Amino acid sequence: MESLFNLFVKSIFIDNMIFAYFLGMCSYLAVSKTVKTSFGLGIAVTFVLLITVPVNWLLDNYMLKAGALSWLGDDFKGVDLSFLSFIMFIAVIAAIVQLVEMVIEKYSPPLYNALGIFLPLIAVNCAILGGALFMQEREYQTISEATVYAAGSGIGWFLAIISIAAIREKISYSNIPPALRGLGITFIITGLMAIAFMSFMGIKL
Amino acid sequence: MSSDNIKLLKNPFNLSNPITVQVLGICSALAVTVQMKPALIMALSVTIVTGFSNLIISLLRNTIPSRIRIIVQLVVIAALVIIVDQLLKAYVYDVSKKLSVFVGLIITNCILMGRLEAFAMSNKPIPSFIDGIGNGIGYGLILVLVAFLRELFGSGKIYGYQVVPQFLYDLGYENNGLMILPPMALIIIGIIIWVQRSYNPNLIEK
Repeated sequence: MESLFNLFVKSIFIDNMIFAYFLGMCSYLAVSKTVKTSFGLGIAVTFVLLITVPVNWLLDNYMLKAGALSWLGDDFKGVDLSFLSFIMFIAVIAAIVQLVEMVIEKYSPPLYNALGIFLPLIAVNCAILGGALFMQEREYQTISEATVYAAGSGIGWFLAIISIAAIREKISYSNIPPALRGLGITFIITGLMAIAFMSFMGIKL
Repeated sequence: MSSDNIKLLKNPFNLSNPITVQVLGICSALAVTVQMKPALIMALSVTIVTGFSNLIISLLRNTIPSRIRIIVQLVVIAALVIIVDQLLKAYVYDVSKKLSVFVGLIITNCILMGRLEAFAMSNKPIPSFIDGIGNGIGYGLILVLVAFLRELFGSGKIYGYQVVPQFLYDLGYENNGLMILPPMALIIIGIIIWVQRSYNPNLIEK
C-alpha cells in the first residue's frame, strides 16, 4: 500500500507529465487560454488515462511481451510481439476514446457537453500514448500499480494546465514585450513553473 | 525543382516553422535536447516519418473515407514509426535507449497529424513529400539549436567532444547544471521565439 501511495505522489509532482517529460505540450499550449476550457480538457485527459493505461497494461502483459502468450499453450512461449506495441497501443487508445465518447454521450449529456470537443483530440495527445509507453518501459508489476500511475499522471497534468491557464488569464493585463507575447511568455512561465516543481524532487513517503 | 516546391521546402525553416510558429510537436522537441547526438537522430527520424507519411497519405487521399481518416493516418504513421524504431535499435542502440519512449511518441507528434490534415489530404504526392521533408527539417533545426546551447553550457561539450578547455575550469569556470534539467529547454525555446519574432514582426501575436 505504502509503495502505491508513494508512486501516486511521485507521478503527480516529481514525474509530472508536463514539467518533467513535456508530454501533451501541444494541447497544453493551445487550450490553456482560459481556466474553464482547461478544466474540461484536464478532466478528460485524466479520465482517458485512467482507462487506457490499465487496458494497455493487460494487453502488454498477456499479448505483447516476450513469453506473454504462454497462456495459449507451450507452443507460444517463445513469441515476442513487443515490436507491435506502438500500433496496438495507439489503436486501443483511439478505440477507447471513441467508445468513451459514445458512452458519455448516452449516459451523461452534461458531461458530454463539457468534454465534447476535447475527446476526439485526446486520441492524439502525447500524454495518453506517453502514459502507456512509460508504463511499458518502467515495467509496473501489477495492474494496481499501473492504475495508480495513470491516476497520478492525469492529476499532475490537470494541475499543470489549470495553473498555467490561471496565470495566462492574469498575464493578459500586463505589459509584455510585443515579440514575447502569447507563445513566448507561455514557454518561459512554464519553464519557471517547472523549476518550482523540481523542488519536490527527492520527496519520499 | 520548380520555385513552388522550393518554397514548400524552405518556408518551414523560418516563417512557418513547425515549432515556433505553428506550435506543433513541442513534446519531443524539449525532451531529447540535452545532447546533440540524440537530437540529430530524432530530427532525422521525424523528417523521414513526416516525408513518407505525407507521401503515402497523399497517394491514398482520394480513397480514404473522411469519417475514418484519423485512424487510417494513425495506422500509416505507426507503421512507419515501428520501422524507424527497429532500425534505430539495430544500428544505434545506445541512442535508441536514450530516446526511450520518445521514438514511440513520434506517432502522436502533432507535426505529423497537422501536416497530414493541413496539406497531404488536399495536395498531390510530390509537393506533399517535399512539404513533409521541409517541416521535418524545420523541426530538426530548432531541435539541434536547443541541443547545441544546452550541451555547450550544460556540459561544455559539442556532439560529445569537449570544447570548453580545461584551463577555464581551473580558473573557476563551472558548467551550468541547470541547462541539462528540463525547465531550461522551455526557457530556451521561449527565447528563440522572442528572437525570431523580433526579426519577423508580422509573426507577433496581438
